[in-house]
Amino acid sequence: MDARFRDLLAAEWTKLWSLRSTYGSMALITVSTVLFSVRAAVADHHNWPGYAAERRAAFDPIHDAFPEEGWLFVMLAAGAVGALMIAGEYASGQIRTTLIAVPDRRAVVGAKVVVLAGVMLVVGAIAAATSFGVSQAILADLGAGASIGEPGALRAVAASTLLLPVCALIGFGVGALVRHTAPAVVVTTTLLLLAPLAFDITNRWTAAVHNALPVPAWERLVGNPYVLPNLHVATVPGAWAVFAVWPVVAALLAAIVVHRREP
Amino acid sequence: MIELRNLTKRYGGSTAVDRLTLTVRPGHVTGFLGPNGAGKSTTLRLVVGLHRPTSGVALVDGRPFADRPRGLRHAGALLDAGDVHGGRSARAHLTALARSNGIPRSRVGEVLDQVGLTEVARRRIGGFSLGMRQRLGIAGALLGDPPVLLFDEPFNGLDPHGVRWVRGLFRRLADEGRTVLVSSHLMSEMEQTVDHLVIIGRGRLLVDESLAAFAGANSGAASLEEAFMDLTADRLDYTAGGR
Repeated sequence: MDARFRDLLAAEWTKLWSLRSTYGSMALITVSTVLFSVRAAVADHHNWPGYAAERRAAFDPIHDAFPEEGWLFVMLAAGAVGALMIAGEYASGQIRTTLIAVPDRRAVVGAKVVVLAGVMLVVGAIAAATSFGVSQAILADLGAGASIGEPGALRAVAASTLLLPVCALIGFGVGALVRHTAPAVVVTTTLLLLAPLAFDITNRWTAAVHNALPVPAWERLVGNPYVLPNLHVATVPGAWAVFAVWPVVAALLAAIVVHRREP
Repeated sequence: MIELRNLTKRYGGSTAVDRLTLTVRPGHVTGFLGPNGAGKSTTLRLVVGLHRPTSGVALVDGRPFADRPRGLRHAGALLDAGDVHGGRSARAHLTALARSNGIPRSRVGEVLDQVGLTEVARRRIGGFSLGMRQRLGIAGALLGDPPVLLFDEPFNGLDPHGVRWVRGLFRRLADEGRTVLVSSHLMSEMEQTVDHLVIIGRGRLLVDESLAAFAGANSGAASLEEAFMDLTADRLDYTAGGR
């Protein structure tokens, strides 16, 4: 790798880990993933004797690893870290100091994207693997826990790992466009968490829009059968494509607007 | 050296900088004066590539600054002491800047010492006074040991000791052969700081001569401040109580 770009990565790494909000977000991610998956697994473990045979047959242990109510916090925190990484610079004026030190704006955005995606990928892998391992261990003595080799298990862990960089980069793109911290976080949260609720999944066309949003794509990939049966369910490759397109478009958009606009 | 050739910047219908041609030479402390809205800050932003000129060029040591991959090694600039993220400590802020330009970490301690912020280096910048932020901005400008330095209103918020220290610093930097450009709207402040004067009004060059020559040409005026006021009186954008 180019030595100059390595210097930029080191600078962005220093900047990311010298803000309190980063630590707060990481704590929120770790605590909420582990806590909510433990809660879901313990609840099913407790209620298991009362479940009828068909309920037991339809039981999806992977759902206990990735309960949506817990992962909403993850999406929120990851999106906020991404949004603040760039909007925080514009809102404070720091961006001018940054760009005088490094006038190549595209390189600055590139370094931010690499550091953000890399850190979120590692945190996501830890969060997803811990959630999966702990919840399945709780269910194991019932014979109801899944192993990573079971159909859909690895896909769910991979999708949940990638959910963090996906949400963070979407936040980053929004932050670069909006350039103010509070609106950037609000828009990111709306896009990730509220927008899916606005589309009727029983209609073919609005369901298609719904399926093209990042969080519904994650729900599809973790294969949650408790989500209301969607008549127009996305294909798995389609959901992966949604996961790929959103962050790439967000990063490119950030590079374009940071390069073009005067700070 | 800083060279401006026909530098022009328009925003919509208004012209902030108007065909400015100027050379700022090394070895001098050059004062950059003009009333509010004269285009001083815009010019400085054009020099460091934050804004792109509508026409004309601004060169730092022969090249547009935006072409430099490591800016801090070519020019140090304090354009606004507020251009920092308040959530970081002074040391973290400077460390990130140093790393982005491949400058060794030991240099951070040196500049913190030089500006007198070593004792508060671990405190968050958000709690700093304006004077402390000015010192932090100067530390950032010095990090890369650059041949060209730009300071926009560096005296704001500094106490008298700070002002004296900054004057001495600018003089030393110029004596080391660097190009030092200092903007201000106060002539009285500049008289004791600079040896060369550039005055602009409404984006246009009005004066480019040594302080001694300017003083000689205006020996009839009660003070240099008086001479500056007369010179720029018809080039004000904002006048209290109408004109």
